[in-house]
Amino acid sequence: MSNSIIQVENLSKKYVLAHQKEGNVRYKTLREAMTNTTTSLVGVLTPLTKKETHQTREEFWALKEVSFEIKQGEAVGIIGHNGAGKSTLLKLLSRITEPTTGSIAVRGRVASLLEVGTGFHPELTGRENIYLNGSILGMSRTEIKQKFDEIVAFAEVEKFLDTPVKRYSSGMYVRLAFSVAAHLEPEILIVDEVLAVGDSTFQKKCLGKMGDVATKEGRTVLFVSHSMQAIAQLTKRCVLLSKGGVQFDGCTDKAMQLYIAGQKSADEQPAYYQAPSNKTGNYVAWVRAHTSEEQGVHCWGKSITFEFALNVTNPHQSLCFSFQVVDELQQPICIFWFFDSQAPFRKEAGTFILRCEIPKLRLYMGSYTLTTWLSERSSNTLLENLTNICPFEVTMHGTKREEYEWQSNECTYLEDAVWKTTSYENI
Amino acid sequence: MHTRELIIKAGRTESQYWKDLWKYRELFYFLAWRDILVRYKQTIIGMAWALLRPFLTMIVFSIVFGQLAKLPSEGSTPYPILVYAAMLPWQFFSGALTECSNSLISNANLLSKVYFPRLIIPTSAVIVSFVDFMISGIILLGLMAWYNFVPDWRILTLPLFIAIAFAASMGAGLWLAALTVEYRDFRYVVPFIVQFGLYISPVGFSSKIVPEQWRLLYSLNPMVGVIDGFRWAILGSESQIYVPGFALSLALVAVLLWSGILYFRKVERTFADVI
Repeated sequence: MSNSIIQVENLSKKYVLAHQKEGNVRYKTLREAMTNTTTSLVGVLTPLTKKETHQTREEFWALKEVSFEIKQGEAVGIIGHNGAGKSTLLKLLSRITEPTTGSIAVRGRVASLLEVGTGFHPELTGRENIYLNGSILGMSRTEIKQKFDEIVAFAEVEKFLDTPVKRYSSGMYVRLAFSVAAHLEPEILIVDEVLAVGDSTFQKKCLGKMGDVATKEGRTVLFVSHSMQAIAQLTKRCVLLSKGGVQFDGCTDKAMQLYIAGQKSADEQPAYYQAPSNKTGNYVAWVRAHTSEEQGVHCWGKSITFEFALNVTNPHQSLCFSFQVVDELQQPICIFWFFDSQAPFRKEAGTFILRCEIPKLRLYMGSYTLTTWLSERSSNTLLENLTNICPFEVTMHGTKREEYEWQSNECTYLEDAVWKTTSYENI
Repeated sequence: MHTRELIIKAGRTESQYWKDLWKYRELFYFLAWRDILVRYKQTIIGMAWALLRPFLTMIVFSIVFGQLAKLPSEGSTPYPILVYAAMLPWQFFSGALTECSNSLISNANLLSKVYFPRLIIPTSAVIVSFVDFMISGIILLGLMAWYNFVPDWRILTLPLFIAIAFAASMGAGLWLAALTVEYRDFRYVVPFIVQFGLYISPVGFSSKIVPEQWRLLYSLNPMVGVIDGFRWAILGSESQIYVPGFALSLALVAVLLWSGILYFRKVERTFADVI
């Protein structure tokens, strides 16, 4: 309790989506407001006819009964699919809108960065915008003056300080905008998906800066992103939101797994994929991973077989098939392909089974999925691209390591290795 | 570490609000500064526009009302000075009203992305008009020098009337700004009010020409009080003030400002959702 810096209790936010409403809800124009007032007056006078006119009212709970607590100096990621309520939560935390019910207790100065370059004015010069943007984000003039050189150096725009930002390249613009925001010094920093700016070098610099804010300077950071890599790098704890509620709150690894698992449909079987029945043309009918154990669990080092059923109705001379094994962070790990000029599906229609056996799967423990590519090389058309299908799990079960437990994310794959030790004198 | 605890709850922003307003006081300055800077970017004569517009209007009004219509001045005051003493508060009021009512809409991206007391935005818009007002005040000095017109001690009370003009612009501006967020109709209403107001306010003529029995009714227009006050202060002993009318205007301005702030505060919390 004592060192919690943000405490959220039963937080809910309701939006009204209806097109025709009763009570003091919003209207687009005054005319609507007036006609609606008249109709509701009429409704009051003739209570029997009242019901039918106001049926289209629809409530939408963007957040429902969300509770969590964040401690001083913690870096917490907030993840969730589109529409899970992340942005609403951030808006409530940064006081842009009010909650419908529930409360948030905040102990410290909050700065929120929901968008890069909020309040930048295209007509103003870089220098002027630094001052303007800084003060909008809550910095005082003296603070901005102190940080000015640092901000400019970080953004690498020294030469263009007195050029209106409307003439900036988009990269320069976002660099400057991010740089101002990165030099805020609040006790609590709230960051929405804003790190995806600039080129990869600058992105790295941004991530590094954010890491510094959290670890070295001991500030509390709330961080929303769809980039699992950034989340994994910056946070140890994550709150996973789903449909307006907290689905999971705990260590980042587990939250990320759940998040990725949530992307798959709930009734999906492990290590299996079945095409929807409405598919036509050339497509992958089903995929099966023959893992060493049941339920899509595979032990490291054992042989695995992937089976693909291709349904071909238009055979073609240059039909090709390839697939990738993709890890949790959506990084492809390895690729396999089948480009055989004598392949039967190049000549005749029907269903064909392709079998790919990997004698020793060296992938390290973790969750993996497949991405398949069915294409026609000659005309360069991608016929079908399936992603995140046929999920399976690799465990280190049966592979012993002396003195150390296996830890997740130690590496991507384990290579066979032969070690030798010899005493130095004997060489 | 000394930190205040802040509770965010439905309908509970009141206690923090005025403190926040103070904390963000620099933002008043920065937003106004931005608008002033931007206004005259890429123009050739720049700030001179702030002088040119009221000056030309003053000439037209003096000719139309003074020369052609032969309306009486107040005492022996030169007609251009009579007109300009009213033109100053009127241009301030109409400018502030227009800027203010559009201010929230044109800063919509700020409203939906950053927190700060929303009252800052319309207030800054009024401040911008106030700067224009100060600049066009130079013309008044020029006119006085040209006509060898020396104001008496009453000119010292001018800041009081400026404050009333400020309050009137603020009050009406807040109402219109808040209403425009919800009902975009007011974007069309405001130019109309401004155009219309120029003729029902005593800008081109002295309010003395309004028949005695109608003066109190006429003073229901808060700008009547403001303009009469300006003339009283600037024109000196040549000008008389109609006290009941002035008091009525003053009371209306007070009600307008007070209710404006209340209404703005009430709907402010939904701005980000509605805009």
